[in-house]
Amino acid sequence: MSDNEKGLSRRGFLKTTGIAAGALVGGGLIGGLVGYNTKDNKQISNEMTNGEQHGAPSSRARMFFTNDKDFMILSAATERIFPKDDLGPGAIELDVPYFIDHQLAGNYGSNAREYMQGPFKAGQSTQGYQSRLTRAEIFQQGITKIESESQSRFKKGFSDLENAQMDEILTVFQKDEVAMTAVSSGFFFKLLRQATLEGAYSDPLYSGNNNMGGWRMKEFPGHQGSYAQVIDKEGFQKIEPKSLSSMQNMQH
Amino acid sequence: MAKTLEKVDVVTVGVGWTGGIIAAECAKAGLKVVGLERGKERGTADFQQVHDEYRYAIRYELMQDLSKETITFRNNRKQEALPMRQMGSFLLGENLGGSGTHWNGQTWRFLPYDFEIKSMTEKKYGANKLSGDYSLQDWGITYEELEPYFDKFEKTAGISGEVKNPFEGKRANQYPTPPMIKTPLLQKFEKATTNLGYTPFMLPSANLSEPYKNPDGEQINACQYCGFCERFGCEYGAKTSPEITVVPTAKKTGNYEIRFQANVVEILKDGNKVTGVKYVDRISGEEFIQPAEAVVLTSYVLNNAKLLMVSKIGEQYDPATGRGTLGKNYCYQILPGATGFFDEQMNVFMGAGSLGMSIDDWNGDNFDHSKVDFIHGANISLTQTGTRPILSNPVPPDTPAWGADFKKASIHNYTRTLGVGGQGASMPHKENYMSLDSAYKDAYGVPLLKLTYNFTDQDRALHMFITKKAEEVMKEMGAKTVVPGNPLTDYDIVPYQTTHNTGGTIMGASPENSVVNNYLQHWNAENLFAVGAGNFAHNSGYNPTGTVGALAYRCAEGVIKYSKNGGSLV
Repeated sequence: MSDNEKGLSRRGFLKTTGIAAGALVGGGLIGGLVGYNTKDNKQISNEMTNGEQHGAPSSRARMFFTNDKDFMILSAATERIFPKDDLGPGAIELDVPYFIDHQLAGNYGSNAREYMQGPFKAGQSTQGYQSRLTRAEIFQQGITKIESESQSRFKKGFSDLENAQMDEILTVFQKDEVAMTAVSSGFFFKLLRQATLEGAYSDPLYSGNNNMGGWRMKEFPGHQGSYAQVIDKEGFQKIEPKSLSSMQNMQH
Repeated sequence: MAKTLEKVDVVTVGVGWTGGIIAAECAKAGLKVVGLERGKERGTADFQQVHDEYRYAIRYELMQDLSKETITFRNNRKQEALPMRQMGSFLLGENLGGSGTHWNGQTWRFLPYDFEIKSMTEKKYGANKLSGDYSLQDWGITYEELEPYFDKFEKTAGISGEVKNPFEGKRANQYPTPPMIKTPLLQKFEKATTNLGYTPFMLPSANLSEPYKNPDGEQINACQYCGFCERFGCEYGAKTSPEITVVPTAKKTGNYEIRFQANVVEILKDGNKVTGVKYVDRISGEEFIQPAEAVVLTSYVLNNAKLLMVSKIGEQYDPATGRGTLGKNYCYQILPGATGFFDEQMNVFMGAGSLGMSIDDWNGDNFDHSKVDFIHGANISLTQTGTRPILSNPVPPDTPAWGADFKKASIHNYTRTLGVGGQGASMPHKENYMSLDSAYKDAYGVPLLKLTYNFTDQDRALHMFITKKAEEVMKEMGAKTVVPGNPLTDYDIVPYQTTHNTGGTIMGASPENSVVNNYLQHWNAENLFAVGAGNFAHNSGYNPTGTVGALAYRCAEGVIKYSKNGGSLV
């Protein structure tokens, strides 16, 4: 592989340039993009609630994105970053797009606990984030740019593209080759990638990591009270994951 | 207009480890103490839902609200400093307990060499071992003088450990509690380092191996190895923190009051004494003046220095002339290490903040430096702190950063990756310092602290040396693939490295080259004390809190002595 294909294990992720589109596995995911009431997702919902509740979890509604189109672009992009495969669910099945939507509507989206006073200047990369934009504004602009990049390259909307075409577009964002206003496309991509992983692996209370599917793949047991009785044992301990909601149930 | 309150004996700015220790000791001695804490009250009961990586480790629930206050940063004097808008390189504390709530609990004593580093280095290697650009200096105190205070802090905190490190300074006592569990992962490190001829030992830990009642009567519980320590508070009261030890000890005396949401903006000075501090109530916006017989700065490194600067107490350090001491000798640390990818799955998600084993063979002056172009070294450890899935996505080199191959590799390797890491010492350099920013202000209209910092040649040489040692250990541990850390480039404030910032209010034997004396009493104001890692004249190859705790007990003794007799304590 060329240097361009080196991953995040190296410190210079932002400085390295990304991934050749051909290196990624193809396959059609777009069929499942319209809505979340596909057969597979219904089954997951039922498992999650022991069959007591039917239909989609109540967290599957939007607080931030106002239209389906933007949300579908976001969904398709996150699925390319974290695709469904033989290991298990991808971003869409894990409800990552809803996680991101909900986060953008809150403190995360408005950079509420960060220093946002001017003057805003570009600075060196070692000085970090210097944009006047909030994350909500960056995502909004980034989604629009993904769509316009798709139209100009392929004369099609992003969510109608083949996987390899989507990857080509995400890669130019990653490589910082798309002009954005008051933020770099590389920064937007980094944010999108990080938010996707956060949605896949945070406690389901944030409406991602549906049915703890992210944790199951990684064999992370989530919230466990204590490992004091097992930590000295040889061999890998397979432990059924628990979310923080299990504590609430105990308290009722 | 600011409202003036009733005078007290002692006021501390901030209530974390140092503020708590000062309060406990002074209040026990009968002094009336007020602690001004800019954040809110919190304690064990607030951590029942703490097993939440996203909220605490990613969104920094327990840390400083940067919308109110941050710092500015640049790599060198030619650059324009810009605000650190998001937390990254280090994680600043806020609220009761400060960083002492979300620390890992690794509790070291610095080496005897550290306190006399200039004298000892010159004696052994001559005066020119490091270039004149490094402002190396002795601390104005020896390890032997500090030993009783180390001992006291370890007893307060109930530190779990074993006396097996052949390189540590002489100890009067054993650790108060036995070491933590030596897990299979730690045994891998123990075996490998023993094979290589080193002397591994269990890391001294404030996550206690068994329940413990400290000399003040405070109960600390036994660690449950839940894997949520660093960046989290402990729901079991098993990670020793100010709010479960020294703070309740101080309160029990009836001589202690903590005022929350009290953000100190200025130290008030009159002649060669201070009269108290001015603070803003963050809720009401009102200003208050709290008069005191003695003022003790017990906030973090950065704010202790900033408050002295905005209050114009002491002379600001100027790298162009070398004059001034305030803001001088800012140091950090370097983190050489190696990652190992293994075939077998391991219980990496179990752990505790200070669960680990270490070697000190390449730390301090524990080895001969005559043929290398650096001084000091690094403690090298394998820690099992509990890795969590958002932040831990280890992949071998040449793996794409996203997509199907990334997903596969990061999931496969999550339970198959270990790290051996060094905490590399940091030597003071004339260009690395703190000052006040002229462009950016905090929420109270006070200028932000400006940090000018970059890694130096000494750092690069040490980093390369320790990286090789870590790589050897990892190979011996049997990793299938061993990936050494990248060589140091410029210091970058974005990725998390370590919250071991030091210097700026350094201690020493003379007002010519230090801000405070060895009781942490300010040279220019006898009733003003500043205590914390800011007192370190350089940074060692360890976590700082053990030495900070010892200095705080030393400082408390100074404040009590001062309250009786006044005057300079040295």
